[in-house]
Amino acid sequence: MSASITIRDVGKRYQSRQGEVVALADVNLTVQAGEFMCIVGPSGCGKSTLLRMLAGIGSYDAGSIDLGSGAGGSRPLTAMVFQEYALFPWRTVLENVAFGLEMRNVPRQARRAVALDYLAKVGLARFAGAFPHQLSGGMKQRVAIARALATGPDILLMDEPFAALDAQTRYLMQEELLRIWEAERKTVVYITHSLEEAVLLGDRVALMTARPGRIKEVYPIDLPRPRHLALRTTVEFNRLVQTIWDDLVEEVNAAREQEWGVGPAQEGTARMTPREEKEWKSKEATAAHPKPYTG
Amino acid sequence: MEEQRGHSGPSETLYRLISTASPLLFLLFWEGLVQVGWLDYRFFPPPSTVLTVFGRLLLSGELWNHLSISLLRVLAGFALGALPAVALGLLMGWFRGLHAFIDPLVAATYPVPKIALLPLFLILFGLGETTKIVTIAVAVFFLVLISTVNGVRQIEPVLIEAGQSYGARGWRLFYKVILPASLPAIFTGLRLGLGVALLVIVGAEFVAANRGIGYLIWISWSTLAVNKMYVGLVTIALLGLLSTRGLEYLRQRLMPWAQDFHTPR
Repeated sequence: MSASITIRDVGKRYQSRQGEVVALADVNLTVQAGEFMCIVGPSGCGKSTLLRMLAGIGSYDAGSIDLGSGAGGSRPLTAMVFQEYALFPWRTVLENVAFGLEMRNVPRQARRAVALDYLAKVGLARFAGAFPHQLSGGMKQRVAIARALATGPDILLMDEPFAALDAQTRYLMQEELLRIWEAERKTVVYITHSLEEAVLLGDRVALMTARPGRIKEVYPIDLPRPRHLALRTTVEFNRLVQTIWDDLVEEVNAAREQEWGVGPAQEGTARMTPREEKEWKSKEATAAHPKPYTG
Repeated sequence: MEEQRGHSGPSETLYRLISTASPLLFLLFWEGLVQVGWLDYRFFPPPSTVLTVFGRLLLSGELWNHLSISLLRVLAGFALGALPAVALGLLMGWFRGLHAFIDPLVAATYPVPKIALLPLFLILFGLGETTKIVTIAVAVFFLVLISTVNGVRQIEPVLIEAGQSYGARGWRLFYKVILPASLPAIFTGLRLGLGVALLVIVGAEFVAANRGIGYLIWISWSTLAVNKMYVGLVTIALLGLLSTRGLEYLRQRLMPWAQDFHTPR
């Protein structure tokens, strides 16, 4: 079971100390049922905000989000995997994986069986009785993925799930996710900072603009499946990464400008606001003439 | 995994031995100073004498007479203060409006040393048990309340989001996520509360009791029965040690997943 997603003209504003911030404006995106959609964009562009809306834990104040139809016409089930794992430290691995089913009132024995099944799928059946703090980062994220899959979601939402892992573990997890996804073919919305990751995993990659976030471009990734890490070395793969990067770099610079008042780095120097320049100069002065040591 | 977490091995045993040796060495040192006459035995009776008097009071039932009433007051006051504090703290942590309403009252009254309220409670409740129990309850209440509120407010937002995204709302979100996530902080509050309860009971019994460990210490001082005074001091110290250890044991049983908090060994 998987469901399609139609996001139409979605907008989101919020109040900050600096006044009203438009986080998202006129976001339009359609994800087919069973499609693996990756979303990339500069920091602070509202990717995570958008994902939380899809998960039903964030509100929007314009437009509409239609999650197709789930089983029996009810709201399709979404399951979320967080960058910070978000495992419940007081629950064992098994109890964590069973959490979603517990919230849906699945009887204890049944949810245990399902949870064990998914733990086995991510290779952690041996750790069913362990607590999250006893696991490594990669293992924690595998538990979080099992927790998401165990609910039998129509849509899997992933918010930079592997960003906190070391590079080797990340490669292994990407392969593992590809294997699991190719077996289950769920609808996936996957947020990442890494273009390589987006191209490796996605059927399509959506690029978001700097704030206010909207969809700038959607790139079809016509690379054959099943995919493996070896794909990274192909010319086609790298051409796709470069194409997206060329469009992304403008947005990254725009985001930098918003965030720090710093423009694109040119010839090794970044532009500074007058205030930053003043602070910088005073710091430099202190460095050049440090206070005498009076001991 | 487990190998990395604890540092067991010969060195750990050695350090434990050193930690056990230091109080013993201290007592021996003290004993020695009194024996050679460098410490006045009238004010610093040697540990051996204190131990003898301790045994005598224990066997005669006099110590238990004082200890039992103090324990009763501490436990009653602790329960009376801690239970509403946990309940209110959870609500204040979760409902910002309630927090905004009550927090100024807490901030204004918290710095008052609770023992200073004893005269007020004496006027209100008289010389009976109620006064002592209420004074303890008030002291415990504040510590547990503040810890509980912080516990709820410091829950990682992503845990709440995770709970919500898997369908936990309302009461279930509270019971399945908020409460367990706050438990370590609540426990820290209980531990602090128990410590302050022992502090307050001794103070209250100094001035407003005719039984209890605090009374024993005070009356022994007044009558210059210095040995008995030390027995009282040792008893209250042991009580503090046992209660801290007991709570730590309970915490490990109830929350094997929580980070250790450090208790001096």
